[in-house]
Parts: sequence; structure tokens; C-alpha cells
Amino acid sequence: MKKSKILMIAGSLLLLGLFVFPLWNITLEAPQYPIPLGMDIHINKFTDTHEFDIKNINLMNHYVGMQYIPESIPEFKIFPVVIGIMVVLGVIIGFFGNHKLFLAWFVLMCVLGTAGMYDFYLWEYDYGHNLDPKAIMNFKNPDGSVMGFQPPLFGSKDILNFTAHSYPRLGAYFLFVGMMLTLAAFFVGRKEKKA
Amino acid sequence: MKTIFKSLLAITVLSMVLGSCGKGDSKKNGALSSNAAEKVYVAPGEYDEFYAFLSGGFSGQLAVYGLPSGRLFKVIPVFSVDAEKAYGFNEETKPMLNTSHGFIPWDDSHHPDISQTAGELDGRFVFINGNNTPRIAKIDLTTFETTEIIEIPNSAGNHSSSFVTENTEYVVAGTRFSVPYPQKDMPINEYKGNFKGALTFIAVDPKDGGMSIKFQLMMPGFNYDLSHPGRGASHGWFFFTTYNTEEANSLLEVNASQNDKDFIAAINWKKIEEYVNNGGGKKAPTKYAHNVYSDETHSATSTMKEEVLIINPSDVPGAVYFMPTPKSPHGCDVDPSGEYIVGSGKLAAELTVHSFSKMIKAIDEKKFDGDAYGIPILQYEATLAGAVKQPGLGPLHTEFDGKGNAYTTFFISSEVVKWKLGTWEVIDRKPVFYSVGHLMVPGGNSRKPFGKYLVAMNKITKDRYLPTGPEVTQSAQLFDITGEKMEMLLDFPTIGEPHYAAGIPANLVAPKSKKIYKLEENKHPYATKSEAAAKVVRKGNEVHVYMTMIRSHFAPDNIEGIQVGDKVYFHITNLEQDYDVPHGFAVIGAQTSELLIMPGQTETNIWEPKQVGVWPFYCTDFCSALHQEMQGYIRVSPKGSNVPLTFTLDGEAVDAE
Repeated sequence: MKKSKILMIAGSLLLLGLFVFPLWNITLEAPQYPIPLGMDIHINKFTDTHEFDIKNINLMNHYVGMQYIPESIPEFKIFPVVIGIMVVLGVIIGFFGNHKLFLAWFVLMCVLGTAGMYDFYLWEYDYGHNLDPKAIMNFKNPDGSVMGFQPPLFGSKDILNFTAHSYPRLGAYFLFVGMMLTLAAFFVGRKEKKA
Repeated sequence: MKTIFKSLLAITVLSMVLGSCGKGDSKKNGALSSNAAEKVYVAPGEYDEFYAFLSGGFSGQLAVYGLPSGRLFKVIPVFSVDAEKAYGFNEETKPMLNTSHGFIPWDDSHHPDISQTAGELDGRFVFINGNNTPRIAKIDLTTFETTEIIEIPNSAGNHSSSFVTENTEYVVAGTRFSVPYPQKDMPINEYKGNFKGALTFIAVDPKDGGMSIKFQLMMPGFNYDLSHPGRGASHGWFFFTTYNTEEANSLLEVNASQNDKDFIAAINWKKIEEYVNNGGGKKAPTKYAHNVYSDETHSATSTMKEEVLIINPSDVPGAVYFMPTPKSPHGCDVDPSGEYIVGSGKLAAELTVHSFSKMIKAIDEKKFDGDAYGIPILQYEATLAGAVKQPGLGPLHTEFDGKGNAYTTFFISSEVVKWKLGTWEVIDRKPVFYSVGHLMVPGGNSRKPFGKYLVAMNKITKDRYLPTGPEVTQSAQLFDITGEKMEMLLDFPTIGEPHYAAGIPANLVAPKSKKIYKLEENKHPYATKSEAAAKVVRKGNEVHVYMTMIRSHFAPDNIEGIQVGDKVYFHITNLEQDYDVPHGFAVIGAQTSELLIMPGQTETNIWEPKQVGVWPFYCTDFCSALHQEMQGYIRVSPKGSNVPLTFTLDGEAVDAE
């Protein structure tokens, strides 16, 4: 089998790592939490970093009127299906397609990934800004607007007594490496054709 | 008597000579002591290297310290009620203090010992004895709570306790005061020959640590003062010091000091165990309480036992021997190898060390010197390994460092003396302030001591700290024993009066320490696992409040329809599942204590309102930024009032069942 095909198939299959490992993680550090509170985001669920972390994040957040982190969100139904289809599609293209289709798969995956990140941002924004008007504590920004508590999309950010960290986890690395392999498959495939 | 005084005088003079040598040493230490502060300094946020469990003596409790810092972490309620933790006040722990004499709110705790596996500390449990109303308690080192207490029948002054065998097969309890067996109304002066000394062997379940009395050995009516297990070659034996072999029943300070030698009783418990397992022994009626606390129901139960298995020494030939030991021996300490048994004759001029192998040989060769109530007395010279000559005055207890050295406390000359096993030479002596009783080297009563620190627990404090009126704190002193000479590092105050202590490397205990109780595993019959399940139920004049607490409110927090004369049970569940977020509960006029409820736990407080009115209750543990808001009201109406029973949270009323 041609090298490009192997790369394309392997790259697509690496996406399966998302079904095993968390995609993203949000960790909250505070003086009262020498062991930080953390939440892992999988493509199909939220999980505690340490047992009861989500319950305790909710308890903390209720002071400023943030909503509880839901048990489930609609995305948890959509994401696994999309990833599953993309894996199957990638493998089929790997066997029967050419380098142009490899690139098409990669571009599609980039679009879907970006859409996913945007969706995540929207959820985060709502989570950080849609506050209970009867919140125990209200904080205002220096300009007088109501302070939001949106965690960063990527990176670290101070929010009151917490420092929030938002970073990819192992699942995201599987996704990234997998996509890079499919991109490589395109270049290798193009070279193979010229040769 | 005169000869005692003469020898005491001679020793006093001698110890003054020795004492002056000691001063030379302390000068040297003066130069060294510049880094003593560094050796005990545990920087903020850092951990101590060892846990030390110091008995609380007449406080009845067990105190947990860190070493080398000497910082107090926790006082674990064991035998005495503790209003701070509601121990003995809430419905869940009241059964823990039940005995055949009824509810006993106090005891005198003496000798903690940590469970062992293969002769080494395993960090699962601490056992400790209640001296006054004889009991043995077990503390679970995952929760640092007392989880089991067993009463010892036919015993009094439960002092030669609670030491464990090298696989924690048994925890052993011996009586200091012999008593009539069975107890009966009889003249006190008919003590001799009629009173008995019970030595109790409590089996410990290897799986869950559950205690049960395997047998009681009915010994002659001496005072059984202290004990320690054999280990290594001597595993299977237990050794008890005795005094008052005179069997005096009055003015013991004189009348129990007449015999030149008392005994160390050597008990072959393996042999007796075999006898018992083959159906030996006689079941006798008795009454003793067995109290068990469950981490699942968060409640204790008390069961009254009606029977105990009695063994007479004559039933099992070859199981019990006496080793003569000079002058009312107190401490009975076995070295890490199990070969040497140190008997500290309180009034003796030298420290007697018996040899286990010589003892076995003497038994084989029948080197007996008569018997006492049918128990063979071994010839003194035949078991003697050696003696530490002129070691000091008033030897009490010995611990070991695992490097061939022994450390003995001297009450009268107020010092700790380091000496060498085998050569019996004195290596070092250091004064302590003042009149030391027990001492402790972590693991010093096991096959594997951790010979880094030594804690001396003193009986007299006098001027060591800022005065606090006539009653001053008790005092412990920490020594570095890594060098040839001991170095005093630290004084630290202790609760009650510490008798023995047990120390263990922190890494054998800390990783297993529980952070919370899981709510889903809570099997308390009155647990309320969510706010939606909260309710108030009336049963005649009993009202059961199923209440929850979470930052920062109670549910319900407004209750109406209570009447004067009601008995209100607050069954409160802490819904938190976060580390170090206990909530407290207190209600005005309660004749109990507060409740202090750990995450996931349920506790019950009884409140019997005597006055009409609207009475507040509140959280007593500063739990959060809105702790001050964590309060509620309960309305008490006159008896027979028609105010309906209601309970609300934030104005949302639900009718009572």
C-alpha cells in the first residue's frame, strides 16, 4: 500500500482517541483549593478531575449566580456521531481516494473543529454571563458593566479568587496529530503522483 | 525499710556524682543546641515526619502530635465525652460509652499501641486502654475516630494494657487491681488467696479489626502493672510485670514493697490459644459491653455480652512461668529482637534484663525455685541476661532504637539513660524536666524502631512554661537520638497527663487518611440525601426533623408547629462532598452539645424546648463567606396549640406528613 494511504488511514483512526481520552480541561485554582478543582470535557460527557469536583465547582459558582454545569448538553450527542462519521469517511478515502480527497477531508475536519471551538465558546460565554439576578454576590467591572465569569477559551485567566486554566488534553492531541497525518498524506500523495 | 533508705541514700550520692558528669555533657550540648531550632522547625506548609499519639491520661482521650515540631493536630475523643465533637452527646456516639455500669462519661487513658504486621507498624489502628472502668478502644487511622470499645470483665485498673502481638493477633489487657472472682460481697482483708488478677486476650479480626475476647487467664491476686509482647523468637509469649506479690490490701506503699523480688509473668499465649481452640476453658457468666461504630451508618451500637471463657493457669501446664525480678517492677519492655526482657524494678538499684533463650533453657532444665499458686518460679540467675549497674533512680520504662541501644526513664533521678544491650554499659544520660514517666521512640515497641527521635513524657512540669495558676500543663520533651549522645531539642505541652505514646512515620498513615464520607454510602436510618427529601415528621410528642446542610443554609430553615413538651430530634445530614467543609449545628437551650458534622455524615441532636417562643439555630463552624447567614428559626407553641406542623425553605411551604 502506498505511504500516503497508510498516513491517511492512520490519521483518521487516531481520532478514535477522542472516545477514550478527554478533549479539554478546565482547572480552577484558589487559596482554599490547594488541590485545584477541575473538569475534563470529553466529546460525550463532563467528568471530575477529582471525585465531586463538578459538584464543588457548582457550589462555588452559585455565590455569583452562575448556572450549574449540566449533566449533559446536546453537543454530547452530536460530537460522537460527527467524529465517528469522519473516521469512517477518512478510512474509506484512505483506501479508495486520492490526495485531493485527503485534502478535502482535512479542510472539512478543520471547519468542523473550528465550529466545535466556536460552539464551546458560546457555551462558555453563556455559562459565564447568564447569571441569576438574585445572585448572592454581584461584581461590576470598572466601567460599570456586570462582571462575567467566563473561563478562557485557551490559556489562563484570573477570575476573582480563582485562576482558571483552560487547556487541551490527550484527546485533543490525538485529534491534532491525526489531522496532521492526513495533511501529510495529502503532500506525500501529491509527491507520489508526480513520481 | 532502713535498708531501703540506706541504699536510696547511697544511690542518691552516686547519682549526684554521675549527675555532675551529665552536666559536662550538657555543656557540650549547649554548643550543639544552636541548631536544635533548625531540627524541630517544620516550615509553614511542610509536614512533620512522624505522627505521635500521646495518651491523654486523666482526660480520657488520645492526642495526635507531629514530630519533630511538637504541634498538636487533634484530640481524638475516646473514653470521655467531648462537647466539641458531640462525642457522647449526639445519639450516634452515646452507645460508645456504654458499659455494664451504664453510660460512663469519663475514663483514664494510658497506653496507645499501633497495630503491627510481621512485627512492624502497619498504621491501621491505634489501641488504647481505659484504666478506671476497664475497656480497650480501637481508633481507625483512616478517620482518626474511635470505632470500637470493648469492656473487660473481671478486671479493675486496666493498666497492663493495651499492647498488641506482632501480627495484631491479640490486644492484651491486664488488671492492675486484683478483685474477687467472681465479684462478690466479702471482707476486704480476706484478699490474700481469694482475689484474682485477670489477663485478657482480645482477638483482633485480621480483616476488619473487630475485637472479641478470646479468653481470660485467671492469675493469682497480684498487681499486673505493665506488659509487652514477645517478638521474633519470643513471638507467642507475653510478659507482664507484677508487684504486690505480698497480696496486701492496705497501705500498699509499704506493704507491697516488702518482697525483695516480685515477678515478671511469662505467658505462652500460643499454647493457651491452642488449648482454647481444642475446646479448653470454662465458659463463665459475666456482663460486658461491646460497642462498635460504623462509618456507613455513622452510628454506634452497644451489645451486652453475657459470657467469657476462663482459663486457669493450672489448666494448661507449661504455659505460665514467673521470673523473679527485683523490687516491684514497673515497665516490662522487650527489645526489637525479642531476646531481652527489661524489668524496671521501681525501687531497685539496678535494671534487670532477662534473656528469652535462657528462660526457655531454664524451663527445659526445670530450674525452678518453688512455685506460687502452682505456677513455677524460675531461678533468678537462670533467666538473667545481665543488669545495668547503677543506672539511676526509679527506673520505669525502656524503649529501643533498633541499633542495639536501649533508653530507660528514671522517675526519681529525673533523667533518660541510654545504655547498650548485651554489654549493659551506660552510654549517655540526660536530665529531663521533671520526673519522666514513659518515653517513646517511634516503632520503639516493634521489630523495626525508627531511631531518630525520643519523646520523654514528664509527670511534673513546675516552671517549664508560663504559669497558668496552680494547674500547669503537662510536658513532653523531644530528643534527637541519632548521635552517640542524646540531644534535647524541644519542650512541648501535652493534654491531660500522657502516659505511654506511640509514634509512626507519617507516610504509613497520611496517604490513607479519609477526606470525606461519601453521601451515597451513607446508611444512617435518618439520612437525608437531598434537600427535596427534607421533612418533619411528628410521632406523638416526638418530632423528627430530617434536615440537610450545605453552603450556606439549612433545609428546612423555618419550622413551625413544635410544642412545649415535645422531644425534637434534629437528624442532620451534611450534603457537602468537599474536603474540610464540616458544618455545625446548635440550637438555643439544648441540653446536649453542638453537632459537628463532616461532609456526607448524619448526626442527631435531641432538643426538648421548655419555653414558648421562636428560637434560632445556626451553624457553628465557619463554613463559608456566608456562614453568618447559615441560620434558621423554630417556632415553639404552647402544648395543645393548633399551629400546624410546617417546614419551609425560602418561603416554600410543604405540609408535614
